[in-house]
Amino acid sequence: MTQDSNVPVSVEPERYEFRAASAHYFELQRRDFFKFLGAGILVACVLKDAPASQESGARAPQFGESLPKEISAWLHIGESGVVTVYTGKVEIGQNIRTSLSQAVAEELRVPLDAIRLIMGDTQLTPFDMGTFGSRTTPTMNLQLRKASAAARDILVGLAAQKWNVDRQRLTASAGRITDPETKRTVKYAALIRGQRLTETIPAEDPLVPASQWTVEGQSVPKVDGREFVTGRHRYPSDQALPGMLYGKVLRPPSFGATLVSVELPPAYAMKGVTVVQDGDFIGVAAASEDLGSRALASIHAKWNEQRQPSSKGLFDYLKDNPVELKGFEGASSFEAGSVDAGMASADHRLQRSYTVSYIAHAPLEPRAALAQWSGNSLTVWTGTQRPFAVRTELAQAFRIPEDRVRVLMPDMGSGYGGKHTGECAVEAARLARAANQPVKVVWTREEEFTWAYFRPAGVIDMRGGVRGDGAITAWDFVNYNSGAAGIRTFYDIPNQRIVFQPTRYPLRQGSYRGLAATANHFARESFMDELAHAVKMDPLEFRLRNLKNDRLRAVFQAAAKKFGWGNSKAGSDRGVGIAGGFEKGGNVATCAEVAVDRSSGAVQIARVVTAFECGAVVNPDQLLNQVQGANVMGLGGALFEAVEFDNGRILNPRFSQYRVPRFSDVPPIDVVLLDRKDLPSAGAGETPLLGLAPAIGNAIFDATGTRLRSLPMVPYGLKSD
Amino acid sequence: MANIKKLHVNGTSYAIDADPQTSLLAVLREQLDLTGSKYGCGEGQCGACTVLIDGKARRSCVTSIGSVASRRILTIEGLERKGRLHPVQEAFLAEGAMQCAYCASGMILSAVALLEANRNPSEPEISKAMEGNICRCGIYPRIVAAIRRAAQGPQESRR
Repeated sequence: MTQDSNVPVSVEPERYEFRAASAHYFELQRRDFFKFLGAGILVACVLKDAPASQESGARAPQFGESLPKEISAWLHIGESGVVTVYTGKVEIGQNIRTSLSQAVAEELRVPLDAIRLIMGDTQLTPFDMGTFGSRTTPTMNLQLRKASAAARDILVGLAAQKWNVDRQRLTASAGRITDPETKRTVKYAALIRGQRLTETIPAEDPLVPASQWTVEGQSVPKVDGREFVTGRHRYPSDQALPGMLYGKVLRPPSFGATLVSVELPPAYAMKGVTVVQDGDFIGVAAASEDLGSRALASIHAKWNEQRQPSSKGLFDYLKDNPVELKGFEGASSFEAGSVDAGMASADHRLQRSYTVSYIAHAPLEPRAALAQWSGNSLTVWTGTQRPFAVRTELAQAFRIPEDRVRVLMPDMGSGYGGKHTGECAVEAARLARAANQPVKVVWTREEEFTWAYFRPAGVIDMRGGVRGDGAITAWDFVNYNSGAAGIRTFYDIPNQRIVFQPTRYPLRQGSYRGLAATANHFARESFMDELAHAVKMDPLEFRLRNLKNDRLRAVFQAAAKKFGWGNSKAGSDRGVGIAGGFEKGGNVATCAEVAVDRSSGAVQIARVVTAFECGAVVNPDQLLNQVQGANVMGLGGALFEAVEFDNGRILNPRFSQYRVPRFSDVPPIDVVLLDRKDLPSAGAGETPLLGLAPAIGNAIFDATGTRLRSLPMVPYGLKSD
Repeated sequence: MANIKKLHVNGTSYAIDADPQTSLLAVLREQLDLTGSKYGCGEGQCGACTVLIDGKARRSCVTSIGSVASRRILTIEGLERKGRLHPVQEAFLAEGAMQCAYCASGMILSAVALLEANRNPSEPEISKAMEGNICRCGIYPRIVAAIRRAAQGPQESRR
């Protein structure tokens, strides 16, 4: 598989990551824009390349007059010199508000504190498909750099005109244009005064190469960090309006249950409570959260429940229920050579099955939305990775044009791929409509654990063959349900069959940090370890024997070096493992050492080393932060996280029942960052997570001789496995 | 029991009106607009709602207002003094101990209480004391580093 940087990366249309574009768009004339923003310079970034336009600006707002439609972002420099940047991307903890500010500062040559980002406001920012797939750095960062470079050019031109000199001799820095020959200097703000200039720029302008970056490439701290450590930042669940009510929604007792009858009079009788019944939707709005909860508790409903699958027997259920789907949700397969011939020519043949459980994103801030109607127009503040998709959901739910709906996304309490949908926004809006007052709905932890969606469970069946000299001859890989992301092998194998088979599934499921790449890497890299042991080769040497890709080889070697791979083992109760891969433009390799207590069955992760390379590093410290965090989050799914359910009910919908990684679970994690200034920057929110689970599984095998093929691997320690 | 009418928060006495069974978190957020304390679980399991009550870290989501009506309550909004951040807040900034930061106020207040009780905690002591606070973004090592930094006083930034 090629990793040529010139090959366009397509946005993966996984479930929940794809929705048809909307039918209505707001219109904003250019003169309206200046009326709104004041005079200045406006640069709109116009997309040319297909993968990017699939993502941002594919259906940009109709900008009227001369401004084109395929706009991904725009940037305005006002008469005061303040730079305001508009992007549909959103901040969910990945710290792109910081890295995108760096991009603008780099090219526009202004201090970071002169830059303001308006993010994910459907009325003010250009259309964006959503913040997912590690796409912000490879696309939006680049586009903002280009827009900023164009704005700088305009400013240089204004200064050249003002001084009547050749623009070539002028330089820009720190918010000023300077003529080095005459030592004259002028602030951007002075040049802009009274101007109403617009420019649209294509994506081909030259840029500062990474090797010459001065702001990008630096460890800029979170730009508004002080707002967060003081508690001043208002997350979606913190939003409030005068007269606001608190909404609660009645949930069925189990998945698939339908309403038979409901007794609402006690709730209606409560003072200050609005009750809504609209089909199966039943909810209340009240002046306080407490009153709302009491009103909800007073409602007694009868439900018709249906038999539902359970987590016991889940994997048989998935394999027994393949479905034929068309398009992006359908089956996919890749074949090369002949697997049968490859198996026949092998000296060792293995057949194995791996499974992954459903796990929950459990963002610390649950879904939240505040909705306000003004006549037939709706404004909703909500936590989502896809504000424009939520706008569509709202417009459809209330049968109003999209230009009557505004969705705003205050920087939220994380998502991890789990907040692509707008359930909570629709609920708040429905209640607000009935109450004729603003209504806020914040899901409880139990609701979040039950009515959100989960990372898909899956079964991966594998067969493979290897020659005695360590060359892999055949590779047969079938993934049931968990997804196709990262499914292809990066090892050089002449005979391959790689299949993703969709199935019926018992729980609502969708994207999760890394998507199915986590499951596919777990199976692939565990199986590689099994093959290495079959031919009695060192697992690292075995991988390198079958791997040509230089970037991936480099991270394997970097992780191994830092870890001290190949040095003698610390003891019989210890083991080491290695695993890696690439996805979404990033390359990762992880080494883990585990300590096993044979009497208790406890498994402790003694230490982890992860090497990561994603092209030119935009912000080393924030990248380090992402790689560390991904490894910690990955520990949960690797070791103990699993959603348990029985006949349509979630059995562990609380933090007291669903175990997530805590302080004492975290081993020392060493991160090695490889900075490839010669390569375009890729995103880093997801891929660093992929190597951890198989590295730990391989280390457990090294320590004990027991091969664990199910995620989570040790929810109750080794003994009950 | 009559409704609670007064609450002492961040050095100020506020007029409130709440049933004694109401959670402290609900009163702070709904009646006083102090939204720095967060809802995360409602069962005292995640620490996002942590406040200091007479200097001790408490989960405000499982603390009834009736039980704290006469106590001194400190929330994240009251930690900054005259525009100067508390050393723990400074340390979180210096160590970049934030991703989404939804856990940050609870983490910071838990850390303040820890350092009051133990001026120079070791890393295992920090882990043990902070075990009840969840950071789903997984930045625990940075939080430990921030607490160590705050314990050791101001020093050169590691950047």
